[in-house]
Amino acid sequence: MPDQLIFAMEVTLNGLLNGVMYALVALGFVLIFKASGIFNYAQGVMALFAAMTLVGIQQGRVPFGHLINEIFGTNIHYFGWEVPALAAIALTVLVMIGFALLVQRFVFKHLVGQEPIILFMATIGLAYFLEGVSDLMWGSEIRNLDVGLPQGINDVIDAATFDLFGYGFFIDNLDISAAIVAGILVAVLIAYAQYTKNGRAMRAVADDHQAALSVGIQLNYVWVLVWSLAGIVALVAGIMWGSKSGVQFSLSLIALKALPVLMLGGFTSIPGAIIGGLIIGVGEALFEFAIGPMIGGATENWFAYVLALVFLVFRPQGLFGEKIIERV
Amino acid sequence: MKSLLTMVAAGALAAGPALADLMIPDLSYRTGPFAAGGIPFSDGYQDYFALLNARDGGIGGVPVRVVECETAYNTERGVECYEATRGDNPLVYQPLSTGITYQLIPRATADGIPLHTMGYGRTSAVNGEVFSHVFNYPANYWDAASVMINVLLEENDGSLEGKSITLLYHNSAYGREPIRTLETLAAQHGFTLNLLAVDSPGQEQGNQWLTIRRERPDYVLFWGWGVMNQVAIQEAINIRYPLENFIGNWWAGADHDVASAGQAAAGYRALNMNRLGDMPVFAEIQSHVIDAGLAAGDGTNLGSVLYTRGMYAAMLAAEAIRTAQEIHGVADITPAMMRDGMEALELTNARMEELGMPGIGPEFAVSCADHGGTGMAIMTQWNGTEWVTLSEFIAPDDSVTQPLVMEDSLAYAAEAGIEPRNCTDS
Repeated sequence: MPDQLIFAMEVTLNGLLNGVMYALVALGFVLIFKASGIFNYAQGVMALFAAMTLVGIQQGRVPFGHLINEIFGTNIHYFGWEVPALAAIALTVLVMIGFALLVQRFVFKHLVGQEPIILFMATIGLAYFLEGVSDLMWGSEIRNLDVGLPQGINDVIDAATFDLFGYGFFIDNLDISAAIVAGILVAVLIAYAQYTKNGRAMRAVADDHQAALSVGIQLNYVWVLVWSLAGIVALVAGIMWGSKSGVQFSLSLIALKALPVLMLGGFTSIPGAIIGGLIIGVGEALFEFAIGPMIGGATENWFAYVLALVFLVFRPQGLFGEKIIERV
Repeated sequence: MKSLLTMVAAGALAAGPALADLMIPDLSYRTGPFAAGGIPFSDGYQDYFALLNARDGGIGGVPVRVVECETAYNTERGVECYEATRGDNPLVYQPLSTGITYQLIPRATADGIPLHTMGYGRTSAVNGEVFSHVFNYPANYWDAASVMINVLLEENDGSLEGKSITLLYHNSAYGREPIRTLETLAAQHGFTLNLLAVDSPGQEQGNQWLTIRRERPDYVLFWGWGVMNQVAIQEAINIRYPLENFIGNWWAGADHDVASAGQAAAGYRALNMNRLGDMPVFAEIQSHVIDAGLAAGDGTNLGSVLYTRGMYAAMLAAEAIRTAQEIHGVADITPAMMRDGMEALELTNARMEELGMPGIGPEFAVSCADHGGTGMAIMTQWNGTEWVTLSEFIAPDDSVTQPLVMEDSLAYAAEAGIEPRNCTDS
């Protein structure tokens, strides 16, 4: 088999796994958009906030330590204990649910019935507010995130592909973990939406707010639920991305990678987010591999959008999005 | 009546002449994706001036007033900071961003305010005949590229013939700066140069590292910043690239760059333009500034790589102020006088020792024609727990960098309609 073909196979596999990482971010957008029609600009910052909170809890940091010390002249940064990873994750989930309650109570409850653009602008404000709160709460330093996920080359795949092709493929154990976690997450979300009372309420709200209200479903409750789920998805994305680079403010920019995935997969489909992520991941990786060297490289960022735009031309609602037909 | 008299007295004071001070803008970035690098630099920069104020009453008896402006490492915000502070008699700008520097060069020159772009910015600003108000001592990117190659030459018995070297760079004005120098050096020394760009911010480098794994270059030189650094080091570990052959420039060799990888990053090397380790000045900053509650941050960055560099930058600015005060015989200097001070700056080992920073940088003297210093740098290595110094200050190959400086600066002069000064008379 020609070397270039073998390399392309390795690139494709890595692209698929990268796509899963993109899909993890896109999932949070889909959940909120599907249930409330809000494009949540703050999703990336939620991933950052969740990951910062997780590390802060794990390391026993005092939230708002800098602020407390500045006001009271103290010098307290740590409680003096460390929290095991699983307990810290559980506590962070509670924080994200609390965040969802606050967002609903103080922001979106007052914006019911407003134009989508107003809701979108509110999420922009929320993003910057949350970024500032993260900074005040946990500081701007890079934090090391360790929840026990394996990292580095997978030796089994390396050895197996070496036996087959005479060249061992590089697959990162962290990417494999992310793919497994994403698979479980999607299965749980779909099952939750299909088979639970809350899930049915979410689907009803997603289909028609007015009809859902008329049968006694509480809109506020469902929106809190959806924002909580999006917060949990943000935590998962934050853990995966934060394990790669440490938890730092650039995590909030991962939202940019979710946009082409959403354009391609559709804003309202959970499977669409996964398929969209995979197509973008593979597409940009193969383009960089085949064409990148001829045009100076670093094509990943813009090519993802070009690919999404091409799909948009032919399917404006995305691959799995709902086609909206409005009567005039 | 007493309160009336107090009000009159207060009014009289308010109406009187403003107290003299030396205004230093600090274009910092404490927020956003690059904050982890911006915070320690700014802390070091501000704390040194705070030390001079607290211990010596300022410089030449005039207190220093640092005005911090947040750029978030964003070029537009950096320019806004400049516009917001340029009317306040700023003595020197330290933009801490190559993008902001490129925008400020024509503006600051027109306004007569000097820029100090220490180890970043437009490399050809070394040529003082063209860039009258821009200074990039003690070293620049082309020096860094040349020093790296000199180190590799020494490690390979003077020959890089047949070797392959990859430059992994931030796809920005900053990251592209060393390419020309490295291309020239590749032609001169017979090594193959491969270029691999990474888009900002650099969170994704999987494809680039797959390429490195396939091609197995002998060395990877690295021009990264922000999250790109941590990701690159982790990716190098993941593909089991020999870390001692992975060499970063001085913006890719800070404590936070290796913190997340920790022990696994042991062996990774990076250049530095200043010495690391404890210095007497740190104890003074601790007692006069941090313990006194005057520090810019919480004091935890004291002595870190970028804190030390920020402090070094402040020291160079303070020494230029002293020089300007001596030249012009006034303590409350103007930006124009500061420019003269920077152009006449001479830093000796004796002076660095006196300042409590023995050997923090190489000795150098700035001149009308040469705004760039010696270009020397040290090689450092992460040993798993701390950065250790591997070498003395190493000189670049001026015979390679100088012609490039002249070519680029004269091209800029022609493009910008600048008539180069004649420095031979001064």
